[in-house]
Amino acid sequence: MRLCAVDLACHRGGRDIFTGLNFAVASGEVLAVTGRNGAGKSSLLRTIVGLIRVGRGKLTLEGGDPELTIAEQAHYLGHQDALKPSLSVAENLRFWAGFLGSEPADIAAALVTVGLDGLADLPSAYLSAGQRRRLSIARLVAVKRPIWLLDEPTSSLDDAAQNRLMALLRSHVAEGGMVVAATHGPIGLGGPKELRLDDMALPSSATAAAEPAVP
Amino acid sequence: MAIADLANPSRFLTLANRSIPWLGGLTVIVFAYGIDQAMLAPDDYQQGATVKIMFLHVPSAWLGMLGWGLMTVAAFGTLVWRHPLADVAAKAAAPIGAAFTLLCLVTGSLWGRPEWGTYWVWDARLTSELVLFLLYLAVIALWRTVEDPSRAARAAAILTLVGAIDLPIIKFSVDWWNTLHQGASVFRLGGSTIYPTILMPLLVMAVAFTLLFFTLHLAAMRNEILRRRVRTLRLMQANAVS
Amino acid sequence: MTPLAAILVRDMRIAIRVGGGALIGVLFFVVVVTLIPFAVGPDLPLLKRIGPAILWLAALLASLLALDRLFSSDHEDGSLDLILMSRAPLELVVLAKGVAHWLTTGLPLIVAAPLVGLLLNLDAPAELTLVVTLLVGTPALTFIGLIGAAIAVTLQRGGLLLAVIVLPLTVPVLIFGVAAANAAVVGPAPFGTPFTILCALTLASLVVGPFAAAAALRQEME
Repeated sequence: MRLCAVDLACHRGGRDIFTGLNFAVASGEVLAVTGRNGAGKSSLLRTIVGLIRVGRGKLTLEGGDPELTIAEQAHYLGHQDALKPSLSVAENLRFWAGFLGSEPADIAAALVTVGLDGLADLPSAYLSAGQRRRLSIARLVAVKRPIWLLDEPTSSLDDAAQNRLMALLRSHVAEGGMVVAATHGPIGLGGPKELRLDDMALPSSATAAAEPAVP
Repeated sequence: MAIADLANPSRFLTLANRSIPWLGGLTVIVFAYGIDQAMLAPDDYQQGATVKIMFLHVPSAWLGMLGWGLMTVAAFGTLVWRHPLADVAAKAAAPIGAAFTLLCLVTGSLWGRPEWGTYWVWDARLTSELVLFLLYLAVIALWRTVEDPSRAARAAAILTLVGAIDLPIIKFSVDWWNTLHQGASVFRLGGSTIYPTILMPLLVMAVAFTLLFFTLHLAAMRNEILRRRVRTLRLMQANAVS
Repeated sequence: MTPLAAILVRDMRIAIRVGGGALIGVLFFVVVVTLIPFAVGPDLPLLKRIGPAILWLAALLASLLALDRLFSSDHEDGSLDLILMSRAPLELVVLAKGVAHWLTTGLPLIVAAPLVGLLLNLDAPAELTLVVTLLVGTPALTFIGLIGAAIAVTLQRGGLLLAVIVLPLTVPVLIFGVAAANAAVVGPAPFGTPFTILCALTLASLVVGPFAAAAALRQEME
């Protein structure tokens, strides 16, 4: 499976967020999208899942399920955690597992993976920011999807939780999944491909060449 | 035991656990006597047996008002004296007061149908009772909307105090409306206008209702304290897992 | 569990939990009805005459009350992104959310309506007619309201805008709902014709509402 972008551009509010973007990620690879604030990291992820319309260029998935769109084969972990404070930890996860997945999910196992077992019956309102983030990540474990699109996945996670996330990403990649992660710091995975979005937002560099696609 | 000791929720729980069975037992005894007396009381020469609804109606009307009075005192406790049990008392009183007010409205309607020919009239007394009921529901809704009890407590206390000012105003402002409900008859200058054969059971029933109110209130306060402890334990649990 | 059942169960759970809007809608309904006699005076024949209209108007306002949070709460916490990405057709998700909303705020109104009807001196036939018309008509209010809720999803002060958008659209429902409900109160007015039209309006809104709301959500979220 290979996710390719050719000459991809994104326009928001009459402004080019990025243009002329080329990259490719294959199964078993991690692409780290880096760049300063406002460089368009989040917009790129949202473009891939179809929440923002592709301005120009092409976005294709080779070797995926032809019946499904890219978004339907991808997990998107945005800035917000998509949790309801009045529902319990398990209820939140069970909802997303039921909504996103077609087969019954192992809620308890997913909670163990993110280290939230024992809090299953707790209302999510009581969780700290880091715990909410982990509950949000549990969704990726509960429902199997090959493509993970992560927007600042380590935000509000402590060291232990970051290590656990890295282990999770490694095992996902090892099982043939792919990860595209927007991050401003080092992602901590050994030698991932990097896509730098810096300078892309400047109008004068609209034709600037992006990181060349790695075949 | 001094009032200061009651400020300690643990002491209060011990006291509540010890006194609830006694208070409950006393309530049952007084109710048994009161209902017996009420059954023995003669029918009214005009109303017949319908008059016996009054043995439920009048005490529940009093207790509906007592509930708000208690909440008003508790509101001062929350806002002025910062007594730790004040908001527990206020929160526990609201559903009980609302239930008695509803009982008063329902029994009144059932009495009104045969006597006045309608379940409801927009009369001064009935209307202010209905507004009292709605205010109770508003306070309950407020308690239910804010998750953090200490934040909900202050908002509910302010609403309770405003309601306490507003209720007499509603009552007097609607007095120009046609009044079908009878005037004060139990407590008034120049003695009661009710025959002793009816007055005595009524007073016994009022005592029984009051005992019931305080039994329920004590039990509800105990439950609320326990509920808050569960909440604190859960917050600690969330922190412990980290 | 299918995606739609998951949405339905989740929305109903949230509505009845702490901070949910289910009971507040009923309370609002009762308060609005109670206010009318204070304004028009305690004239029972008059109240009986305008009773169905008052109850319908109150039901209209109450069903719109909780609607402004329907999509905006999902938008604010990021749930809507995942819903838009999903395989489940957005129209059906919107429909499921509408059904959950009606079950938790519309249905309680209908249960409360006969009780408040007593306050307006409605008799048994009038109460029955009223309940039947509300049962048939309030889903239309919810599903038309969905459109406004979807349009106002990204706006900060969506509540007022929602009312301004939706209230004019609900006029036909109000006309035929009250006309049918009045049949048992005001003389030999026909019940069948307005009631049939009311049913038709509800069925139409059941289709148009989710489609228009889903289209609006897609546009707003771009």
